Amino acid sequence: MLNQLLDDLRFPIGLLFSIFSVILIIVGLIKPQTVAAGIDINLNVSAGAFMGVFGLFMVLSAMWSARSAQKRSQK
Amino acid sequence: MQLSLIDYAIIAIYLMFVLSIGMLLKRKVKSSADFLGGHDEKHGIPLWITSLAFISANLGAQEVLGMSASGAKYGIMTAHFYWIGAIPAMVFLGLFMMPFYYGSRARSVPEYLRLRFDEKTRGLNAISFATMTVFSSGVSLYALAILLKVLLGWSFGFSVLLSAGIVAAYTFTGGLRSAIYNEVLQFFLIVLGIAPLVYVGLRKVGGWEGIQAQLPGAMTHTWQYMGSADNPMGVGLFGMAMGLGFVLSFGYWCTDFLLVQRAMAARNMSAAQRTPLIAAFPKMLLPFIVIMPGLVALAMTHIGGGFSIPFKADGRMDYDMTLPTMLVYFYPSGLLGVGLTALMASFMSGMAGNVTAFNTVWTYDIYQAYFCKNASDSHYLRMGKMATIVGILLSIATAYVARSFNNIMDLLQLVFSFVNAPLFATFLLGMFWKRTTGHGAFWGLLGGTAAAALTHGVTVAEGKGGWLLLGSAPLHEFRSGMGQAFAIAIVAWVACFVLTLAISLATKPKADEEMRGLVYSLTERPKETETRWYLRPIPLAAAVLAMTLALNYLYH
Repeated sequence: MLNQLLDDLRFPIGLLFSIFSVILIIVGLIKPQTVAAGIDINLNVSAGAFMGVFGLFMVLSAMWSARSAQKRSQK
Repeated sequence: MQLSLIDYAIIAIYLMFVLSIGMLLKRKVKSSADFLGGHDEKHGIPLWITSLAFISANLGAQEVLGMSASGAKYGIMTAHFYWIGAIPAMVFLGLFMMPFYYGSRARSVPEYLRLRFDEKTRGLNAISFATMTVFSSGVSLYALAILLKVLLGWSFGFSVLLSAGIVAAYTFTGGLRSAIYNEVLQFFLIVLGIAPLVYVGLRKVGGWEGIQAQLPGAMTHTWQYMGSADNPMGVGLFGMAMGLGFVLSFGYWCTDFLLVQRAMAARNMSAAQRTPLIAAFPKMLLPFIVIMPGLVALAMTHIGGGFSIPFKADGRMDYDMTLPTMLVYFYPSGLLGVGLTALMASFMSGMAGNVTAFNTVWTYDIYQAYFCKNASDSHYLRMGKMATIVGILLSIATAYVARSFNNIMDLLQLVFSFVNAPLFATFLLGMFWKRTTGHGAFWGLLGGTAAAALTHGVTVAEGKGGWLLLGSAPLHEFRSGMGQAFAIAIVAWVACFVLTLAISLATKPKADEEMRGLVYSLTERPKETETRWYLRPIPLAAAVLAMTLALNYLYH
């Protein structure tokens, strides 16, 4: 399974963005900085959440196809 | 500007991922085709990856910084580079030209020229292309180092060595596949790293309506002010449609091996054809990521609030700093790290693209053709790896030359534009008219280049050109350098087309037998292997063109 995942580009891409997401959300919560220009968004948290959704989607879809490939080979 | 530890951590994590992708792919490199690119089911790369790599290889630092600079300078008209420039050419490449590139089994664009024409035409294209790739990767290395110096205070040498070292490490270990995989990673990083900026920027200025309210009409319309050259770009309708839309865009997107190589790495003919077509969907939306920040920045300078685009030493606006200035202005520590990583990623994808195209053309089209014809595959694999390192060393040298002799770089860039301008005429005639001969192609290319230089020599724009005039009045004065460049391209194309036609008619063509798979009339249409109708090339192309038309209309 791990070998297949490492072969699938979606996995590293998803992993990288998941890590970025965790870092940004933590930084954003500990040190809430709204945008200098006076717009009320915690940019670290919201951009981090967005990257998290994207990252998770990539990781899960890679795992999903690795699992179905494994099932096919077992059959 | 001071980066915090978090920003450095984010940059470091990204660099670690890039290097690991190279290391992971290392075990797959066993033959020269693995390293330099081969096209079949075994070596082939999935379609979504080749498609995103196709646009990412072109999304270098100069494109990302340059497009937002042009957005601030010329407005939304800059989107012509996408909506009239790149997209139609990408559709043409997918539908009409990929069958010859992929079907001929050529390993590179110069090799296709040898199969279709002769050795000298291949040599001319291979040598000029190889020089150009090293040059552009060196110039972007230089641009990145200057940027990092301004932003972070890193020394020139440190930036150059660090960036070139990383690119060297992942292209040397994993070859073309590693470059392509990383290009896709970099694509997402650029898009997701800059998208939040566009979002907050647009909110700040009151959305597209806010921009329209702040800026003059010529900055927020793509077509409405094209009736004459009296617009920010200084280019009229004919120059835009023919010069950019036809000659330059088709010349670049349909013949540049750096891009075609990504499509050639696909698993089969159908996927190769669809690579530029699928790529066209995200490509047409890229202006919202790369051009929009420029417009937002300009609108922000109008509404006040302390934001301004920096000035150069000579008092003019330094448009190239538009995007970095926006990043620093809006992004808090953390996201700033991601934004800077996106800029570094854009540079790396551009450089790796050039280096992987260089090592292939050097190994197959120069080394194998002229120095060592019949060696073993492992010999060429070794040569490919060596060429990767040499290509990077030459890029570093170019970066240093660029730092000391800016004029030489400008001159070289000009010469390359002369060499490139006529290219598409040669390919068009070669692929669609079987009577075209090698002599016609070769002398047509040289004639086209000469015509380009001549045009530049007798016209002026913004104080440039006119070096043949020796004091007499110029033949024509253009409103802008861009207008002049488009006109030069048109003249070069026509000269090449006419010369190739005339010389071909006077020389002996190849036998039909030798041209199967290389010329339209002698090649069977590729059988469509894709079962879902909506994923076949023609419906995809129709959807791409319809959406591009809609975008042109929406922002006309």
